[in-house]
Amino acid sequence: MTELPKSTHKKLGLVIDLDTCVGCHACVISCKGWNTENYGAPLSDQDPYGADPTGTFLNRVHSYEVTPDDGPAQLIHFPKSCLHCEDAPCVTVCPTGASYKRVEDGIVLVNESDCIGCGLCAWACPYGAREMDAAEGVMKKCTLCVDRIYNENLPEIDREPACVRTCPSNARHFGDFADPESHVSQLVAERGGIDLMPEQGTKPVNKYLPPRPKDQWGEVDVLGPFLDPVAEEPRGFLGWIDRTLEKL
Amino acid sequence: MHPAPSIIAFTTLSGLGFGLLIFRGLGMPGVTGLVAFAFFAIGFALAGGGLLASALHLGRPERALKAFSQWKTSWLSREAFLAAATFAIMGLYAALIVFLGVRVTLLGWLGALAALGTVVTTSMIYAQLRTVPRWHMPLTPVLFIALSLGGGALLAGQISFALVLLIIAGAVQILWWWQGDTRFATSGTTMATATGLGKIGTVKAFEPPHTGTNYLLREMVHVVARRHAVKLRIIAFALMIAVPLVLLLVPFHHLLGVLAVLSHIAGVLVSRWLFFAEAEHVVGLYYGMR
Repeated sequence: MTELPKSTHKKLGLVIDLDTCVGCHACVISCKGWNTENYGAPLSDQDPYGADPTGTFLNRVHSYEVTPDDGPAQLIHFPKSCLHCEDAPCVTVCPTGASYKRVEDGIVLVNESDCIGCGLCAWACPYGAREMDAAEGVMKKCTLCVDRIYNENLPEIDREPACVRTCPSNARHFGDFADPESHVSQLVAERGGIDLMPEQGTKPVNKYLPPRPKDQWGEVDVLGPFLDPVAEEPRGFLGWIDRTLEKL
Repeated sequence: MHPAPSIIAFTTLSGLGFGLLIFRGLGMPGVTGLVAFAFFAIGFALAGGGLLASALHLGRPERALKAFSQWKTSWLSREAFLAAATFAIMGLYAALIVFLGVRVTLLGWLGALAALGTVVTTSMIYAQLRTVPRWHMPLTPVLFIALSLGGGALLAGQISFALVLLIIAGAVQILWWWQGDTRFATSGTTMATATGLGKIGTVKAFEPPHTGTNYLLREMVHVVARRHAVKLRIIAFALMIAVPLVLLLVPFHHLLGVLAVLSHIAGVLVSRWLFFAEAEHVVGLYYGMR
């Protein structure tokens, strides 16, 4: 049913650290790999080797340039996937009941055999987390690797989402936000984790850790002035070359 | 938002069709036999044809029947439900009039109510979306109802109703455009809130996630065609309101009536095209576009 549960036993989700993400897109590739080979319809590509390639991705990395009033511009890499919102607008708009939020762990999923591909859930999502697969005609979204995290055939170390497992800079963390003692809850408390578009009222579970403060303009070393160039006008042999070249 | 021809055709035609069925349900015009059959056939063809067009844009049309299940939460499901109810009630009502010459008033009112409800649910599919600020306002259902009733009166040949209702629809349309133009700015969603980076400084999209396009950009970020929006608004208003009004005020002739209807339909199509093409989804902010 597309009615949202009043509360969920667990609140599984991700913490994404914008301070340490290096924008390598490894999470994008590992996500595409795992979710093409495992649960549900594969994530198709159209014209992958041609002039105009497009395809379905559940996780994409944007890059933003942020310029403070009194400091140099910063480049911030910004991975974005489903935020498994507590008040998920994508679920309630679904006419068939294909979209649902699980009571046991809060994961938002699509039952692909019930999806009619109307696309309304993608319209309802402010984050662009849902993409219609052009080959399959059904809606695809992040499953939080539901087929990995409970999978006892995998070694315990691999029982986390593919994007988290693969991240080389440890910018992605997976855990239960309902437990205040969990690794992710503590990270959010410690680093001031934030919601994306809080004004949309979706109450996202995934949190983003803002970049740590960077250097500011104006912190010039006391020895700095001694590094000013000393020779304003070239003299000697180089000076002769300079004057000669000027005359040519 | 991408102005998909199937959805534009659907909302325009089914809006008119249900509008006509509302007037038929209320017993206007009070015809029987073959003439009644023709009126009902036009109403059912427009409403049903529109619904069929909307099924065309589904990724999996063969599963469309599943859409009847979630009426408790989903406006799209409610629309499917009420549309089916309208067809059932009005079908019976029409059959009794056409074949037996009996008009069951209560059945007609019930059918009209269901048809009105269908138009409301259609509009709520758009009005409910907080992600598209231009649509997310109480005036959106008002606009859909006003245009449906105005067009319905025109199709049903109810000239005095059509005159009043078209003037109301025109006023609502202008108010809707005027309010809609400031909705994105007043919604409070910006690149700063989308990325959460606004506290650091001015946010600019530096690099998109990929060099090509994707489903999100194709479906929800439609920038190109907004350039002629003002001209198209004037064209839409002239065709759907002004021309039919003038044609209704001159001495009546059936040919002029047909022209008024055709002009109105063309105008609503342009207005509906703008409804989608001008609507900006907040997801565009992640791409530095609107």
